[in-house]
Amino acid sequence: MSGAPTLALANVSKSFGAVRALRDVSLELFAGEAHALAGENGAGKSTLVKTLAGVHRPDTGQVLLNGEPVVFTGPADAQQAGVAVIYQEPTLFPDLSVAENIFMGRQPRRTLGRIDRKEMHGQARRLFERLGVALDPEQPSRGLSIADQQLVEIAKALSREARVLVMDEPTAALSGNEVARLFSVVEALREHGCAILFISHRLDEIFSLCQRVTTLRDGAWIASEPVAGLTHDDLVRRMVGRELGTLYPKEAAELGEVALQVDRLTREGVFTDVSFQVRRGEIVALAGLVGAGRSEVARAVFGVDRWDAGSVSVAGRPLPAGSPTAAMGAGLALVPEDRRQQGLVMELSIERNIGLTGLGSLRRGVTISRTAERDRAKDWAVRLQLKFARLSDGVGVLSGGNQQKVVLAKWLATKPSVLIVDEPTRGIDVGTKAEVHRLLSELAGQGIAVLMISSDLPEVLGMADRVLVMHEGRLTAELSRADATEESVMNAATGRAA
Amino acid sequence: MAKVLRWDVLVGALLIAVFAAGSLTSPGFATVDNLSFALGDLGEIALIALAMTMLVVAAEVDLSVASVLGLSSALVGSLWDGGMAIEAIIPIAVLTGAVCGLVNGLLVTRLGLPSLAVTIGTLALYRGLAYVVLGDRAVAQFPPDYTALAVNDVPGTPIPYPIAVFVLLAAAVGVVLHATGFGRALYAIGAQEQAAFFAGIRVKRIKLLLFVISGTVAAFAGVVFTLRYGSARADNGVGIELAVIAAVLLGGVDFDGGKGTLGGVIAGVLLIGLLRNLLMLGDVSTEIQSIVTGLLLIVSVLTPRLVSLVRPALKGSP
Ligand SMILES: Nc1ncnc2c1ncn2[C@@H]1O[C@H](COP(=O)(O)OP(=O)(O)OP(=O)(O)O)[C@@H](O)[C@H]1O
Ligand SMILES: [Mg+2]
Repeated sequence: MSGAPTLALANVSKSFGAVRALRDVSLELFAGEAHALAGENGAGKSTLVKTLAGVHRPDTGQVLLNGEPVVFTGPADAQQAGVAVIYQEPTLFPDLSVAENIFMGRQPRRTLGRIDRKEMHGQARRLFERLGVALDPEQPSRGLSIADQQLVEIAKALSREARVLVMDEPTAALSGNEVARLFSVVEALREHGCAILFISHRLDEIFSLCQRVTTLRDGAWIASEPVAGLTHDDLVRRMVGRELGTLYPKEAAELGEVALQVDRLTREGVFTDVSFQVRRGEIVALAGLVGAGRSEVARAVFGVDRWDAGSVSVAGRPLPAGSPTAAMGAGLALVPEDRRQQGLVMELSIERNIGLTGLGSLRRGVTISRTAERDRAKDWAVRLQLKFARLSDGVGVLSGGNQQKVVLAKWLATKPSVLIVDEPTRGIDVGTKAEVHRLLSELAGQGIAVLMISSDLPEVLGMADRVLVMHEGRLTAELSRADATEESVMNAATGRAA
Repeated sequence: MAKVLRWDVLVGALLIAVFAAGSLTSPGFATVDNLSFALGDLGEIALIALAMTMLVVAAEVDLSVASVLGLSSALVGSLWDGGMAIEAIIPIAVLTGAVCGLVNGLLVTRLGLPSLAVTIGTLALYRGLAYVVLGDRAVAQFPPDYTALAVNDVPGTPIPYPIAVFVLLAAAVGVVLHATGFGRALYAIGAQEQAAFFAGIRVKRIKLLLFVISGTVAAFAGVVFTLRYGSARADNGVGIELAVIAAVLLGGVDFDGGKGTLGGVIAGVLLIGLLRNLLMLGDVSTEIQSIVTGLLLIVSVLTPRLVSLVRPALKGSP
């Protein structure tokens, strides 16, 4: 690379109270280069992104634009300088349409400054075509799945035709097809001279998209180096600072009786005739493309959505439709996909969030026992290696991956007999991912039935005893562990199955 | 740092400041008699504020409380006029309030309507019903045993009976809000309803219950009001929903739900009470009193936002 980097950080430090999120970190982004940022949960990646985006100002150190020091006083400055950012958590306005969100503040105009809706919808449609996404620009953003929200954020960033594109875990909720489409679009941008910063906990994606990688550990810079010549294990070692064992250790467990039985479950226009069972000790994966209806099935089974026909029973007892409380009583737990809206109450503390699923069991007489509440939180925080300062801190200040751990803790603490997990490792780093997998395997070993929705194919293949594949609201395949391969799953997921 | 600027502490300080200012400027203010009277005058607002606190924490609101109070008063008057025993009238009036709350709650939870809109509607509806029941008449001459209960102090203290009831109820609501699962659920519902629902909390049932409690308490306050003034009228308590909401918001409960403490609300209620009393001692017209209530409402909504804007600037960086 010749010349000054398009955008760079020089010796940047940033603290939040006692937490030192970035310590003397430097990073250079060059035109025509895709740069990866790797690190465990809480390593400081999102903080670095927000510093580039003008959301945070560095305590010490500088931001450099084309080699010249600049001060971004806010996100507007960074946008002005040609920096487009996809944040880790989608931040769409729910009451605006998809297209309005994409062109917020930059709507195409007609005479007298009136918004040209036709042009706006046309542009949005063309963006979605480039990304290969079937989303309607005129639909409201409320109710979009987390993956669709992510895609809208991507379209929004692309529409800025920026010189620097920063992406904080854009693929965390996407499945293979969407990731491939995104990568080909990003690749094209890079060839046109765009500088890219890319964050992902799926290391394969870093290897396939990026030329250079910078690793952070506990806020400190560890290395910046070319990706070529680096192995998967090298990268993990830099992130974690030690060797990791095998990643997907699902052990064969004795299968017990049927714990969850779903019969011809139908919700009109969403999914049709879905039947399956999960036995005690079994991990069943539900695979498929984004929008295939997997999360919707999970939500209906747990009772947060209604169903129109069919039945669900747990341990042989039928479950009433539409009652999460009854489902929990029967031993069901659902770790939902959208942690900001469904998984967590952002304003509440870590311990309150974990306690929320156990308000009954934490009771001593009339009142909640504060010690029991705290012990429950502490116990699970330690088991999941949560990175936190105090249990009374709001979950909102935790890093994305650590928030996900709180959601897991909250549900595992209910000691469920049937555990449904929707993208359980979304945004979780390699080390903890192995830990979550070990935990799921252990839970199955204790006789819990696990239904796992995942867009991460290696995770599906590594963890599942059986793989169910959905396509457009129907089950299209059931594959045993032996038959499940990347190819057979993808074929069924895209509707190409024999 | 954050603790220093806690809102409920701030309101507590303001309360002391108003008290000090009152004692200095108005000679009749800081006497046991006047303060006891001021407390008594606050009874209905204080009682209703307890129920309102729970509603607002859960991100709902009930604007119909003053009308329920009026309807309850009108019922008491009309039934008493018709010769019914007061022992039977009081439960009927309170039960009617529960039904009013149930209607509010059903409209909000079953039809998914916003409570602001629903209770503006029932604010007009219930007041209208009060006029249907009693017309423009005023009914008086209630049994002295009962009116005495509404006015007199608990023997040996300067605390009027309605305030004693308030203290007991406040203790109960304090425990419920801050130490029970029900309270935990209220804060979760107010802050992120969907996550609360996903956690197995029966959101609709809880909201329905809150509206029923609100209606019941408002009707009970209507009985207290009627006996205290010894006069049942359809227009009793017009507009006090604003004083109640001002007290709750002044107390630091966020109108968007999920935040606030009962301690703060009690400070807010007392603050409103002292101000009303001072204005009354100063012979200030009711128009000005209503202007003051309005200003307080705006200030209490505005100030926490300003504080949260200013606070990061004080700390140096966002
Ligand atoms: N606004 C904030 N206030 C306090 N602490 C914060 C804030 N933002 C981040 N932190 C802390 O800074 C550290 C780094 O967080 P950051 O979000 O940058 O991690 P990350 O590398 O993006 O992790 P993940 O992979 O989980 O998304 C964490 O310990 C986090 O709790
Ligand atoms: Mg992050």
